[in-house]
Amino acid sequence: MDNLLELSNIDLLIDKRHILHQVSLQLAAGEILTIIGPNGAGKTTLVRIALGLLQPTSGHVKRLSGLRIGYMPQRLHLDPTFPIKVKRFLSMAGKHQSDTIESVLQEVGAPHVLESTMQSLSGGELQRVLLARVLMRDPDLLVLDEPVQGVDVHGQMELYQLITRIRNQHQCAVMMVSHDLHLVMAATDRVICLNQHICCSGTPEAVTNDPSYLELFGPQAVENLAIYTHDQSHRHDNTCDCCKGGKCAR
Amino acid sequence: MLDDFMIRALAGGFGVALISGPFGSFVVWRRLAYFGETLAHSAMLGIAFGFLLQINLTLGILATCQVLALLLFFSQRQRLLASDTLLGILSHASLSVGLVALAFMEDVRIDLVAYLFGDILAIGATDLAWIFGGGGLALTGLLWLWQPLLAITIHEDLARVEGVAVDRSNWFFLALMALIVAVMMKVVGLLLVVSLLIIPAATARRFAASPEIMAVLASMIGCLAVAGGIYGSYTWDTPAGPSVVVAASLLFVISLVLPKRTV
Repeated sequence: MDNLLELSNIDLLIDKRHILHQVSLQLAAGEILTIIGPNGAGKTTLVRIALGLLQPTSGHVKRLSGLRIGYMPQRLHLDPTFPIKVKRFLSMAGKHQSDTIESVLQEVGAPHVLESTMQSLSGGELQRVLLARVLMRDPDLLVLDEPVQGVDVHGQMELYQLITRIRNQHQCAVMMVSHDLHLVMAATDRVICLNQHICCSGTPEAVTNDPSYLELFGPQAVENLAIYTHDQSHRHDNTCDCCKGGKCAR
Repeated sequence: MLDDFMIRALAGGFGVALISGPFGSFVVWRRLAYFGETLAHSAMLGIAFGFLLQINLTLGILATCQVLALLLFFSQRQRLLASDTLLGILSHASLSVGLVALAFMEDVRIDLVAYLFGDILAIGATDLAWIFGGGGLALTGLLWLWQPLLAITIHEDLARVEGVAVDRSNWFFLALMALIVAVMMKVVGLLLVVSLLIIPAATARRFAASPEIMAVLASMIGCLAVAGGIYGSYTWDTPAGPSVVVAASLLFVISLVLPKRTV
């Protein structure tokens, strides 16, 4: 069977600086691929190239023709003056039947926010609604950029379980970005460790034992990473939802 | 009992208020206030061109605003400078070049205040034709762009992945903005155009549950401000354009004390 997505020898230079160097990857149908790496490793850039939002300096991007992609961006900056409810936000994803919005929200475990405004959502609720929007498009491929950010560790685990469940139910492939390691390991088939170039790749077990992986993150960092990610989410959260995020991530 | 000039002023003012509601909403949502300001300031350059080439002034303003919108569209895509720096340069440069150019034309004597703050009481039949013709066109265009623009307002990349023609929509929107700025100039002047875009929209926000309701409410609040401003101007002999803006600002302040209820 054809790969849904193939990137070969991607190079990206900005101001003569290598952002990405000789990155190649393939994604098969139904597969969950996670890209991990430190901040500034080029993870989001790679995703943007895969989606066709950014042109690489050299290299080829091949997407299966007719591929339906559901994209979950890293951040959603809605101006507080923009009045929009979850229901309307989801209805803008494209074709749907009248009952789909409710059932999709049910599936991601956030049926209670249907009539809430987007700006009133907690970190965990927002991520679930974004996932729901992805599902509205009945995608073959989910592209998720840091799908668990703004959520506490317990909520993160639930979100990863949800993503796995979605993959099993919808038979779609998933490509996601994460800078967290421990939690994502259980939810992924294959890991690519990125730091401008691909350091190592393979099954989660293989990657965690790879010397270049240990070099990149260090044994101590690997130990502490779950806590580290949690702190990160607090720092990024400028909506004062950081405390609520914990409560709502049921 | 109403004089002809008053009827024309009200008609022109209502026309402009109707246009400014939906456009002003997008200006507020997408934080384009400074962009609108730049377009408005460049109108001074358009006035200078109008006199220089001896063409209709509104046409001169329209052409200059369109060129500026095009310039901004491409320079923003290049990401050479922070947008507000770029806007600041273009805004003040075009205003100043316009004024300097006018000073060089010795046989041209203009009423600067009328261009800066509007001259709603001097609105004529041609102006009304511009307001309703140009404004009607702009609103029709916006209606056509409505869904894609909402998607872009939410998240540009997301819209792109979902198949929205982002660049085309953005470009059309900027062109329409240039059109309405040229049209609104007559009523509130180039210094106050943006206030009529953002104040009614900001006032409507507290009472709107959806983008469409906010746009319509903003138009209605704009009409109220126009009526109040013209009435005040007539009663106390104050300048009409600023009076409209004062009325709009008062409505905004009043809205802050009203209980927040959305429709």
